[in-house]
Amino acid sequence: MLANELIIGLDSLLGEAARLKRDGYRFVTMTALRLNGTRTEILYHFDRELHFRHLRLTVTGDATVPSITPVYFGAFLAENEIQDLFGILFEGLVIDYRRTLFLETSIEPAPFCRFNVKRKAKSDSPAGEER
Amino acid sequence: MKVQTKDALRLKPRSVIPFGPQHPVFPEPLQLKLTVEEEMITEAIPVFGYVHRGLEQLCAQRDFHQMVQVVERVCGICSVMHAMCYCQAIEEIMAVEVPRRAVYLRTIWAELHRLQSHLLWLGLFADSFGFESLFMQFWRIREKVLDINEATAGNRVIVSINVVGGVRRDLAAENVRWLLPILEQVETDIRRLESTVIDDVTIRKRTVGKGILNGDRARELGAVGPTLRGSGVAQDTRQTGYAVYAELDFQPVVETSGDCYARCRVRFYETLQSIDLIRQAVAGMPPGDIAVTVKGRPQGEAVARVEQPRGELFYYIKADGSKNLERVRIRAPSFANMPSLVTMLPGMWFSDVPVIVLSIDPCISCTER
Repeated sequence: MLANELIIGLDSLLGEAARLKRDGYRFVTMTALRLNGTRTEILYHFDRELHFRHLRLTVTGDATVPSITPVYFGAFLAENEIQDLFGILFEGLVIDYRRTLFLETSIEPAPFCRFNVKRKAKSDSPAGEER
Repeated sequence: MKVQTKDALRLKPRSVIPFGPQHPVFPEPLQLKLTVEEEMITEAIPVFGYVHRGLEQLCAQRDFHQMVQVVERVCGICSVMHAMCYCQAIEEIMAVEVPRRAVYLRTIWAELHRLQSHLLWLGLFADSFGFESLFMQFWRIREKVLDINEATAGNRVIVSINVVGGVRRDLAAENVRWLLPILEQVETDIRRLESTVIDDVTIRKRTVGKGILNGDRARELGAVGPTLRGSGVAQDTRQTGYAVYAELDFQPVVETSGDCYARCRVRFYETLQSIDLIRQAVAGMPPGDIAVTVKGRPQGEAVARVEQPRGELFYYIKADGSKNLERVRIRAPSFANMPSLVTMLPGMWFSDVPVIVLSIDPCISCTER
């Protein structure tokens, strides 16, 4: 466990993010960690005056996580990267590459993931598609 | 009834221009999908994936000592900081006390790295607006710093001096004797270019008022390094006091205008600051060992961060007690500065794109890993 860490659930994620922003925290990044089975941990790292604050969220493989990009726009790359590498989908991403941030469209399995994931089926094209 | 004129009804032609991935101004491949109305940018979407190597995943195949060499290859230009940050995280997990002399040596090589990186950038930045002679002058000066790296560490760019528990090379007294005069010459050379970088009318015309990012917006977008300090925010990871920065006298270089010119000024004056920090570290360096033997295997998790030339570098490491690490997460500063770039470009002229993009010093190898 990291110092200054708070364990949260899916329902409290956006509220916590909004509270941290109100308190003057800067978004640093997110880290995804593969656990046993189909569980994955997502760590949200924030900073205020050079002191870290972490949020820890545990999700199962098929869960959709609310995107914090409406609160912290700067999180869009980190969330897209987790979509690519861990196959966890984020709902409400302001710029959604739909698992093509680093990967080609032909690559279906998530490299950091032991189970299969499916791409979001949406009619409009993802950001940065015509590479 | 209001009658609309023919001009008011005319729609501006709107098109999408792919800028990159191969472009003379980019040292590394990045594409920007730029939506333009006539010559004005209305939207910019970065496209990645050209140099993604999956280096974080290598932690499952290399042991935690070998991973030092892997993280150094995330990016050559800031390899010392990658290795330093990684080693700090492992040392925290394993409660390793690094010898004082080793910590000073890490600081000296880190500042030499910042110096050569900023000189490289100043040259590339000059090149982005066609100032070829200034580009060559900065790279000529940088050669002296690379020579110092080669003579002291054996390599010019990826100096590879960090190991878990210390450093692998010492700085002998005779090295210090010639190093300081060379640094003095480097400082003189940089100062000779100060009036050009700061006052030249053509540079000011291409950089002042371009790509403005105010302090509140920079913080909100998670900007780091000179991009953040150029927007008036006095935040530098070295203020946390890692390595020996707590014992060195320095203040973050800050500019307030938030444009390309401000970011250029921050980096220019940080070169001089690095020289000063090297002098302080050399003067205060105690005698003693340069590394301790690290026994056992790491178990636990830790975060570490250092100030890279482009800003805050962040590492998260989790270890389960085996020789391989469970997870290594690297967040490089260019990754953090991309959202700022996306918001800087709309409203700017297409001809200013190279200068604005270069002003955040994008490192795509770091961003994609």
